[in-house]
Amino acid sequence: MKKLSLAKLYDFFAAIAAKEALYLPVNNEVGKAEYKRWSEGVELSHQLNTLRSAKDFFFPQTENLMEFKMEGKKIDIIDTREACDDFVIFGVRACDAASFDILDRVYLVDPVDSYYKNRREHGTVITHACGKPAETCFCGTFGIDAADPKGDITVWDVEDGYVFRANTEKGEKLMAATADLFEDTDDKAVKAEQDKVREILAKMPLADLTTEGVGAGLTKEVFDRPEWASLSESCLGCGTCTFVCPTCQCYDIRDFDTGHGIQRFRCWDSCMYSDFTKMSAGQPRPTQLERFRQRFMHKLVYFPDNNDGVFGCVGCGRCLSRCPISMNIVKVMKTLAKGGNK
Amino acid sequence: MQEMMEKRALELLADGTVNRVLGWSVGEFPYDMTPAVFRSAEDLKDRFVYNDFCGANLSKYLIKESKGEGKILVFLKPCDTYSFNQLIAEHRIKRENVYVIGIECYGKADLEKLKAMGLSGITGIQMKNGEYVVETVYGNKTVKASDATAERCLSCKSKKHVVFDELIGEDGDVVEDCNRFDMVEKLEAMTPDERFAFWRGELSRCIRCNACRNVCPACSCEQCVFDNPNSGVAQKAAVNSFEENMFHIIRAFHVAGRCTDCGECSRVCPQHIPLHLLNRKFIKDMNEFYGEYQAGADPDARPPLGTYTKGDREPNEGGNK
Ligand code: SF4
Ligand code: SF4
Ligand code: SF4
Ligand code: SF4
Repeated sequence: MKKLSLAKLYDFFAAIAAKEALYLPVNNEVGKAEYKRWSEGVELSHQLNTLRSAKDFFFPQTENLMEFKMEGKKIDIIDTREACDDFVIFGVRACDAASFDILDRVYLVDPVDSYYKNRREHGTVITHACGKPAETCFCGTFGIDAADPKGDITVWDVEDGYVFRANTEKGEKLMAATADLFEDTDDKAVKAEQDKVREILAKMPLADLTTEGVGAGLTKEVFDRPEWASLSESCLGCGTCTFVCPTCQCYDIRDFDTGHGIQRFRCWDSCMYSDFTKMSAGQPRPTQLERFRQRFMHKLVYFPDNNDGVFGCVGCGRCLSRCPISMNIVKVMKTLAKGGNK
Repeated sequence: MQEMMEKRALELLADGTVNRVLGWSVGEFPYDMTPAVFRSAEDLKDRFVYNDFCGANLSKYLIKESKGEGKILVFLKPCDTYSFNQLIAEHRIKRENVYVIGIECYGKADLEKLKAMGLSGITGIQMKNGEYVVETVYGNKTVKASDATAERCLSCKSKKHVVFDELIGEDGDVVEDCNRFDMVEKLEAMTPDERFAFWRGELSRCIRCNACRNVCPACSCEQCVFDNPNSGVAQKAAVNSFEENMFHIIRAFHVAGRCTDCGECSRVCPQHIPLHLLNRKFIKDMNEFYGEYQAGADPDARPPLGTYTKGDREPNEGGNK
């Protein structure tokens, strides 16, 4: 483990930014943390997490896939993919770091999504262990340790600085390039910090949330639960929960008529929308009940079913704080666990 | 308040006046109540709740609920009654199927304001005597309730219930000096370039989640033009940011004259975009061009944009402010 003194954090940022683009959480004009590109003078946000998740780096909300140019009867297909430069993301929390594994399970399996893979290969992820979790956090439910996040490098706040640990080759390389800023240290301060945070997490209201009643192999049981009706009753069918979620991965492909050709792009889609997976035969999920159920079945049953039991939620709590009507995955899980009739 | 509401709801259920109650259901935390329909006394006793964090406007749910079997009881704050009336005027709610209890309101709380004070790990909030004792795993803190009042409530236009079958608490008056156009005036005083930059900046944060549209009681089309693949303008996220801005401008035009300024759009926006300012600009312009008009105040009033008089402004007289 290596230590960086408090005063040298911005030297570290400058050293990275001299070579590649560095993104980190910054407070925006309305005081919310948002990933922005670092340059001299930009300050790291001290908030727990960013309002939008870090998935944007690898799976952006909109992305041009290709273009078509028409001339008479000739159609030219233009590959609009650009070479992706190396970049570094600093300050990713354990939950969001775990969401990358979930996205990988979708986009890096056959057929590999080359757009996603390209960015994934060029990105280095520096995670930042949480110091002050919120009541909406339930990463622990999915076995994610907020005090020991993954990523290429892990950073902990300690009393008089930061402790860094490289976890991968990419991480080693980056630390080697900035080695003169660091000094050697043992893991004592980190252990103390971890104990403190784990103790806080144990006191959080959602600390005892379990995955009882959901998971792989329960498709029929969960699908048929009568509680979906009351759970989905006041859902507005907006897409807020899906758009702030770090693991929601569905997209739509559309064509935009530019007037002198077609731009084919993809953009995030939401299972909460009325035209989601609409086919010529119609909409397979005619009411909000089916759409609502789909979102949670996907995360809590279908995904673990297809992915060795791994759940499609990392417990970041974004949907808890952003849903206009405060309906969310925790309320769904608790209701399903009860087996009652609430 | 909660006790009185629950008591009345139980009585009205018991005597058969209504067969359902639209209210709020308890959450995981002291602040995350979900709108819910209660169908039995047990259900009400079990999970009905009302407190300063019950800010959601329940009117829109009545489009669907008032078409159900029997009568439904709904609790409406003063501002919600304007939305309700407007939906009556637009023939979207069956009035005879709704029993309205107006509830007095001194302003709702905004959790974001508590969070901005650094409060996190919230496990309980004791609300009394104009104070909140916020219990958190990091320690307790007492804050003045007024320091957590939602922005929209600070410029509340009316404490008067414009429609109700009965009231719990006092009815108030229209607030004459609510200052709700202050920020609009500031925007008007900007140069066009400054104003353009202001809105491009604000709207650049939009993630097009549609929360503003879906929560809006004036956005009650069966299928929104932006969701209709045959409309030619359907989009989930824009290819370019200008399109995104158009979504908001078109929406503001579409609700002009029908928006009651309930403030739900700004309340729900995850990106904290001040959408209400677009609507207030339209309200202010209409007041100036066609005379004072408050959507929802009187369901029989003729809406300014739905009425023609010879004295109407010509387009070239414009509102070039
Ligand atoms: S659960 Fe909440 S955020 Fe998600 S679509 Fe429904 S209302 Fe919107
Ligand atoms: S479902 Fe909610 S808590 Fe789970 S990962 Fe998505 S936004 Fe986070
Ligand atoms: S969910 Fe866990 S990892 Fe994510 S911000 Fe909260 S405590 Fe940190
Ligand atoms: S609620 Fe906010 S982020 Fe969502 S579509 Fe409306 S303006 Fe955009």
